[in-house]
Amino acid sequence: MNMKPKEYQAPVWNEPVIMEMGHPGRRGMLFPPIEAEIRDQAGDADDLIPAALRRQDKPGLPEMSEPEVLYHYLRLSQQTLGMMGTSLFGTCTMKYNAQINEQLAWRPELTQLHPLQHEDSMQGALEIVHNMDLVLRELSGMDRFVFQAGGGAEAAFTHCAVTRAYHASRGELEQRDEIITTIQTHPCNPATAAAAGFKVITLMLDEDGYPSLDALKAAVSNRTAALMVNNPDDMGVYNPEMKEWIRIVHEAGGLAFYDAANFNGTMSKVRAREIGFDACMFMLHKTFGAPKSGVGGPATGAYGCSAELAPFLPAPLVTREGDRYFLDHDRPRSVGKIREFLGNVQVILKAYAWVRAMGADGIAQASDISVLANNYMEKGLLSIRGVNRSHPEAKLPRLEMTRYSLEQMKEETGVDVHDVQNRMTDFGVDAMWTSHEPWLLPEPFTPEAGEMYGKEALDRWIAVLAQISDEAYSDPQIVKTAPHNQAIHRLKPGVTDEPGTRAMTWRAFKKKRSLSS
Amino acid sequence: MRPSTAHPYMANSVPAIQQEMLAAVGVETIEELFVQIPEDHRLARPLDLPPALTERELRRHIVETLARNQTTEQNLSFLGAGIWQHHVPAAVDEVVRRNEWLTSIFGEPSSDHGRNQAWFEFCSQLGELLNLDLVGLPVRSWGTAAGHAMRMAARLTARSEVVVVRAIDPERLSVIRNYCEPPEMANHIAIRLVDYDPATGLIDLDDLRAAVNDQTAAVYFEVPSYLGVIEHQASTVAAIARAAGAETIVGVDPISLGVLASPADYGADIVVGTIQPLGVHLHAGGGLGGFIASRDEPRYAEEYPTLFISISETLKPGEYGFGLGLFHQSSYGLRDKGNDWTGHSVYMWAIAATTYMAMMGPQGFADVGRLILQRAHHAAQRLSRIDGIRVHFPSGFFKEFVVNFDGTGKTVSEINRGLRALGIFGGKDLRGEFPELGESALFCVTEIHTLSDIERLVGALKEVTTK
Repeated sequence: MNMKPKEYQAPVWNEPVIMEMGHPGRRGMLFPPIEAEIRDQAGDADDLIPAALRRQDKPGLPEMSEPEVLYHYLRLSQQTLGMMGTSLFGTCTMKYNAQINEQLAWRPELTQLHPLQHEDSMQGALEIVHNMDLVLRELSGMDRFVFQAGGGAEAAFTHCAVTRAYHASRGELEQRDEIITTIQTHPCNPATAAAAGFKVITLMLDEDGYPSLDALKAAVSNRTAALMVNNPDDMGVYNPEMKEWIRIVHEAGGLAFYDAANFNGTMSKVRAREIGFDACMFMLHKTFGAPKSGVGGPATGAYGCSAELAPFLPAPLVTREGDRYFLDHDRPRSVGKIREFLGNVQVILKAYAWVRAMGADGIAQASDISVLANNYMEKGLLSIRGVNRSHPEAKLPRLEMTRYSLEQMKEETGVDVHDVQNRMTDFGVDAMWTSHEPWLLPEPFTPEAGEMYGKEALDRWIAVLAQISDEAYSDPQIVKTAPHNQAIHRLKPGVTDEPGTRAMTWRAFKKKRSLSS
Repeated sequence: MRPSTAHPYMANSVPAIQQEMLAAVGVETIEELFVQIPEDHRLARPLDLPPALTERELRRHIVETLARNQTTEQNLSFLGAGIWQHHVPAAVDEVVRRNEWLTSIFGEPSSDHGRNQAWFEFCSQLGELLNLDLVGLPVRSWGTAAGHAMRMAARLTARSEVVVVRAIDPERLSVIRNYCEPPEMANHIAIRLVDYDPATGLIDLDDLRAAVNDQTAAVYFEVPSYLGVIEHQASTVAAIARAAGAETIVGVDPISLGVLASPADYGADIVVGTIQPLGVHLHAGGGLGGFIASRDEPRYAEEYPTLFISISETLKPGEYGFGLGLFHQSSYGLRDKGNDWTGHSVYMWAIAATTYMAMMGPQGFADVGRLILQRAHHAAQRLSRIDGIRVHFPSGFFKEFVVNFDGTGKTVSEINRGLRALGIFGGKDLRGEFPELGESALFCVTEIHTLSDIERLVGALKEVTTK
């Protein structure tokens, strides 16, 4: 494990904001002049617009040549560290985004496909969607998947909509107005439950790192609409009582939903349906190798459920009869649409291609390697001064993530987790993840090694943290003033939140700083 | 692939490396690390999946599967209705496909500086098109943006009804209904639909006045509408909403904003819409993206469910960076107490759109708007001269218009089948959605449709309608 962190310097382009660039009259794109015949027939364009709706001013966009725009954004791409170094950002399950998958997804057979085309003209796309449905059924034991949700949160919202429809169909929706979750379940679950109109009950953890059965029993009643949980959670703790949890929820008439956000640690080992869950979701943009795309997609939250819930799924569903694929819109009990059209089909294709490249053995091995790598890192990280593991009572090996705390380091040196995050980037290592809000332990951090990175990269990551710890105990100012080798320095605290200073657009910035254009 | 062969995507799939790591952990087998999972939770058999493929095999499999698609490039397509064909510059595709953007969650403002700046530039440029100072990072679609905006309005006004023009995409309306919650829920937002004038496609103002009252949280309409019409009574509609103490929410197609006024300039409080026309391909529907924007007032800013990127001074004098603003009010900060919810969106499309807007500049948007207007109107005029075909709202539209085939004695379905045989994708069939329009279809004509494309459509329709 012994390794010295390598020197790193981020590109510093001092790139202006694009609103300051360009020159009047420059053009980045041209359109052909209108054909004379059309002009003669249709008349002047301005006359085709009702006078009240004609734009009077010229939008204040930059005027730039094509290469000026291209190289500006390529320079900005270079000033994005992300996965170019090592990114062990917990819960994000950073995977290799296979170039073959990107290449295939960007073929015109997919990019130039309109979702309202006749089914006959999109058989290839529908076949891929159907095949991915079959893959996910095998991985989860569920009976049917739908891909309309553009991310995990939207899949959680899909579940809330299905829950409403299910209980409404039984005349119990008004009575069943509560959804139970745990404090260690991803925030999108309580948030979508609340936005769907449910009251949210959040169970806290006991010393084993998961809530007690008694806490669940106290929360469950004839008002329970659903349980929404992950397992393992994002500390790598697996709740071994989950079957009993689901039995209790079912007995009370509620549904059980499994957020498979942390699937990397259990894929090929555990299937949600066999634990008793009625529904689950997978994030194709992380677990299945499609890109995270700089936080935000396009992504896909694949939502799967039991045959009993399938009538309520958003429409349309892709069906197969013989060698033909169809879009089934005739679903009278469907919740309708969660998002327009069929979902991010290009993401489904990338995930399907990942599954085909991995195969059953590869997927099982990825899970093995992720858990091995996490435990390997734990050995190294716990030997670093000031680093401790969460929930000391939960002694069993964690799955694909472990939650640590830098509380001791902060108490002894004044260096906090945010300082450490910043200093890490000085070594070309992406800042580690802390924890979702609220922090359950002080100064948390959560690396997720995953299956992509080699042992050398993991050793380097550990070595970076070890060096930062040494610095914290010998010369904390180095850490507290970091980064030193990055594209820019740390932001001034508070500016992005305060009403008088925050500026989400250049227009707002000019006004708030009284800059002239 | 044999398990003993290392997998190209997994550096630690070499058995010797795993042995070394196991030794460091102090266990004999990987299996021992799964001891948290009870035996009766475990799948008792290996997964049954199709066999693994090498890259060459995978490529062949997918290429052969995709070959069963017929694209809008191989055919002449007039489909729109929520996602539209516009020219996407090659430079936009080059920027958006860079591996460098494919990062994890936020990173640090210093180390993921370039991506944050690109996002800020997206919001800034969209703000210029909209004449609005507050623009959130994208949401997943126009429908989700409208749904969130209506929930914002309900919170802002503490009212529980929204008035929505009926000439709306039924898919979008269905999304909105899910956001407004069913009647059984305590915070249900009732949707009152307002008619459109059958002669013009414009909002029926009498019906609107009857629908808006002291329970109205918001009035929502679109420019152009789903049926293509430019709602020129917009400022009157906004005034009716404002007089009742309701918010005015307008949905807009931003590619129109080089020639059409921004909703902010005729009274909109919250503007939503799509970002797909700004440099994003169709992707079989995967090109969708939405936005929410408003005046930069705390009462609005504090209700957004989106993430924000703010420009900020850094600790070095004269230097600027970009960081998340108002993060604490999101569901990441407050869980179920946050504003609706936040999660993966379509932020890559923000990078496509910022590149697109910078290449277009003010003149590009003016040119493309004019080109679309002239081509679409010319197409509508040419089609309406075919026997049995008429255009429902023949003037005052942007890029889509309703073509009626009642006089041909044929259904839209029959006509579209005939067109498909000639390599043409006709407009979206509206019969199920708007039965009062008869056998009608929504045709979309943009800057990519040339005179000869329009002539080809005219010729094909003459053939198909007289067969």
